[in-house]
Amino acid sequence: MTALHELSVAELSQALRTRTVSSVEVASAFLSRIEQHGPGLNAFISILREAALAEAERADARLRAGEAGALIGIPIVHKDIFCTRGEKTTCGSRMLANFVSPYDATVVQRLRAAGVVMLGKTNMDEFAMGSSNETSYFGPVRNPWDLQRVPGGSSGGSAAAVAARLSPAATATDTGGSIRQPAALCGVTGLKPTYGRVSRFGMIAFASSLDQGGLITRSAEDSALLLAAMAGFDERDSTSVELPVPDYAATLEQPLTGLKIGLLKEFFDNGLDVGNAQRIRDALEVLREQGATLREVSLPNLPLSVPTYYVVAPAECSSNLARFDGVRYGYRCENPRDLLDLYQRSRGEGFGPEVKRRIMTGTYVLSAGYYDAYYLKAQRVRALISADFERAFHEVDVVIGPTTPTPAFELGAKTADPVTMYLNDIYTIGANLAGLPAISVPCGLVQGLPVGLQIIGPHFSEPRLFNVAHCYQRETDWHRRAPPGYV
Amino acid sequence: MDWETVIGLEIHAQLATRSKIFSGAATAYGAPPNAQADLIDLAYPGVLPVLNAEAVRMAVKFGLAINARVMRRSIFARKNYFYPDLPKGYQISQYELPIVCGGAVDIVLDDGATKRIGVTRAHLEEDAGKSLHEGLAGLTGVDLNRAGTPLIEIVSEPQLRSAREAVAYLKKVHTLVRYLGICDGNMQEGSFRCDANVSVRPRGAEKLGTRAELKNLNSFRFVEKAINYEVARQIELLSSGGQVVQETRLYDSDRGETRSMRSKEEANDYRYFPDPDLLPLELDQVYIDAVGATLPELPDQKAQRFITDYGLSAYDAGVLTASAEYADFYEVVVQDLGGHAKLAANTVNGELAGLLNRDGVEIGDSRVSAHNLAGLLKRVADSTISGKIAKDVLEAMWEEGAEADVIIEARGLRQITDESTIEHAIEAVMAANPKQLADYRAGKDKLFGFFVGQVMKATAGKANPARLNELLQKKLGG
Repeated sequence: MTALHELSVAELSQALRTRTVSSVEVASAFLSRIEQHGPGLNAFISILREAALAEAERADARLRAGEAGALIGIPIVHKDIFCTRGEKTTCGSRMLANFVSPYDATVVQRLRAAGVVMLGKTNMDEFAMGSSNETSYFGPVRNPWDLQRVPGGSSGGSAAAVAARLSPAATATDTGGSIRQPAALCGVTGLKPTYGRVSRFGMIAFASSLDQGGLITRSAEDSALLLAAMAGFDERDSTSVELPVPDYAATLEQPLTGLKIGLLKEFFDNGLDVGNAQRIRDALEVLREQGATLREVSLPNLPLSVPTYYVVAPAECSSNLARFDGVRYGYRCENPRDLLDLYQRSRGEGFGPEVKRRIMTGTYVLSAGYYDAYYLKAQRVRALISADFERAFHEVDVVIGPTTPTPAFELGAKTADPVTMYLNDIYTIGANLAGLPAISVPCGLVQGLPVGLQIIGPHFSEPRLFNVAHCYQRETDWHRRAPPGYV
Repeated sequence: MDWETVIGLEIHAQLATRSKIFSGAATAYGAPPNAQADLIDLAYPGVLPVLNAEAVRMAVKFGLAINARVMRRSIFARKNYFYPDLPKGYQISQYELPIVCGGAVDIVLDDGATKRIGVTRAHLEEDAGKSLHEGLAGLTGVDLNRAGTPLIEIVSEPQLRSAREAVAYLKKVHTLVRYLGICDGNMQEGSFRCDANVSVRPRGAEKLGTRAELKNLNSFRFVEKAINYEVARQIELLSSGGQVVQETRLYDSDRGETRSMRSKEEANDYRYFPDPDLLPLELDQVYIDAVGATLPELPDQKAQRFITDYGLSAYDAGVLTASAEYADFYEVVVQDLGGHAKLAANTVNGELAGLLNRDGVEIGDSRVSAHNLAGLLKRVADSTISGKIAKDVLEAMWEEGAEADVIIEARGLRQITDESTIEHAIEAVMAANPKQLADYRAGKDKLFGFFVGQVMKATAGKANPARLNELLQKKLGG
């Protein structure tokens, strides 16, 4: 029999419902792996053994009572950006290193209600600001494919945990690529849903107009099963959209005949590693063989996405992070002399350098006299980028390209120069600016390191993205490959 | 030099919603500190604001009541600054696109003329909490019960030309928001408050002078005093060759002066930008019309109706309609009384208002009900008692809570209309005052009043005044 940790969510669901295994057994197996491999990868900030086993027992009771939910007893790990009641929620920051949330994020609450068992909270870049997981107050996460390399960020802990088979699935968030980029670099499947598809309530805000909660799983099929439980309107999030949640699993097998794929011209640029480019072309061939047609599409304003993003996101973060002031919760400096000292030292000591850099950038671009030149202009470019995508989707059903320019880089390789680091998100930021759903699936190895294929669709086209990704994964086994040492 | 005063008011009216503008916490005043602050008010990590539809409806009502444009699309923006009573580090307000634009309020000036004051805009925003300094031994306490209470900020054009005009405008808006039922108007509790932008310029000049913004004006009286102080200060400064500095000044009611709080240089750069957590507020005409259909009769309309239907003076109508409760009370009196509108107006605005003021009682809690007041005035109208006696009866009703007829009977206050009784009294007074009688008959007409007084005294004020006059004329004439 296959080891429990090798089973997909779909397979575990089957095994649990047929009572082949119990939820407690499943949770125990994964907890053991987390305790064995988690520290070496530094993928976890909290491991919640006791709470998890208690939840697993409740799940078993529900299963025994004959409840039919597909996710009852399935283990998951949450990115430490999602508030979890009674447990530490740190957001990877010293500012919240000891913060215990009094409430559950909507995502956490919905998954709990579906019977999912939370095993722990994953490491992440501080306040989700980073592309390598090196900005975490709790230290960098290591890539299970090569411990000297980064897992990507900001959801590096979630990606590394799923890649190393420490959990079958993880929640994550994506503001500029924070789900897709680490998923690509760790060889797992990362879904960023349409903006508004998943509630942001209880997900600590980085850039509110870009942030979207999503999933890191091994396959598109698993992602589809979990998204069905996570997604949907939430009256506590005004930006969540009141649309019914489709049965994502039902359309996975739809044939790709007639599918029109747009090849993003701007993605195949000088920055793209030749190895990555070849893996993408190979993947496209797999889709073409299933009846999809390819054509090149151009998004002329897309090259402006990185500078646009690095105005909009810092502007929003500079305001979103103002609440961390040492007054009501979180880090407070020792013996403040007066109010100003309390603010300055609490924030000065509580935030790391990348967070400070973005707060300062954001404060600058919103300042009187600079607002029009930066923030307003960035919003106009953002509208142009959205319009580019909209035009493209008149011609094609989905657009496809690489998720990242290169495979995982070495720890410390890009920390000296923030701009080089920012360029890592060059292919992923567009979907955030336009609010589009996108999925990254593993599509091969370059020098032993995984690379990702990115599929972007129109708003609320998650069923189509899952369908294309699933049809690709049905014909390939990249998503089944575990990093050596974690089989 | 002859100076002209220019004033614009920014009024903050707390909307009388049950819950806060972006959270479900209660808004009631007076709860223990922080008992009415939920995770959203406390700005916990991850929480999000959700707009209270009732606050929107109230703002729309206000816009329609001042004939403003209710915007089909308005935007919430963040006003960023750090302060302990501002948990998020920003206040959610409306900046470039407010919910209400344009509009006007008519005020009556001291000379009786009407002046129209333009309202530039009114926008929705959340209130901040309170910092408490007293009784905390050098520490500052933060009470976030008020944080997130909905406000509309009503910004006037700089069209007010004196402290009196400013107060008249403020009172008119105060009346309006209470008519609309959107604000309780309580200035002590801070549910209705204002800042005044005050400047002076040489009369005839077009360019506005440099203004000071006055804060902490929490009563009508303080508004008037603070503005007058500030105007005098600015004129003195300019007259002696000085310059007015653009700044925020705090009114100190104990010392009756304004003093500098912060200058323009120290002012915050609020870094306004649209709040990405809230969608643009979109209102359609059907909604706006539906809200319009719920508007009550407004003070100006009501006053006009009182003038037309009841034949009241503009002044009486204005006083009676200053609050909806007051006007309603009056109308119940008139209705029960079946007419005599002027008599009712005089009594409500006169004696009853005097008693209410004396005991600090609101009209809604009046110890004489409208129905009972009508009962009293019926007895005046049918000459059972005189107007003068009516005052005493009202006083007794106020104290004892009894109906007019009970008091009139119990104290034997029924008016004497019987001719022979009055004649007997007159004859007795004439007999007791031979000298005055002689003088009167010799042409000292003024003594007529003396005899009236004496007879009234003899009858304990119960003689019917008209009958008495008539009979006294006859008797004294010999």
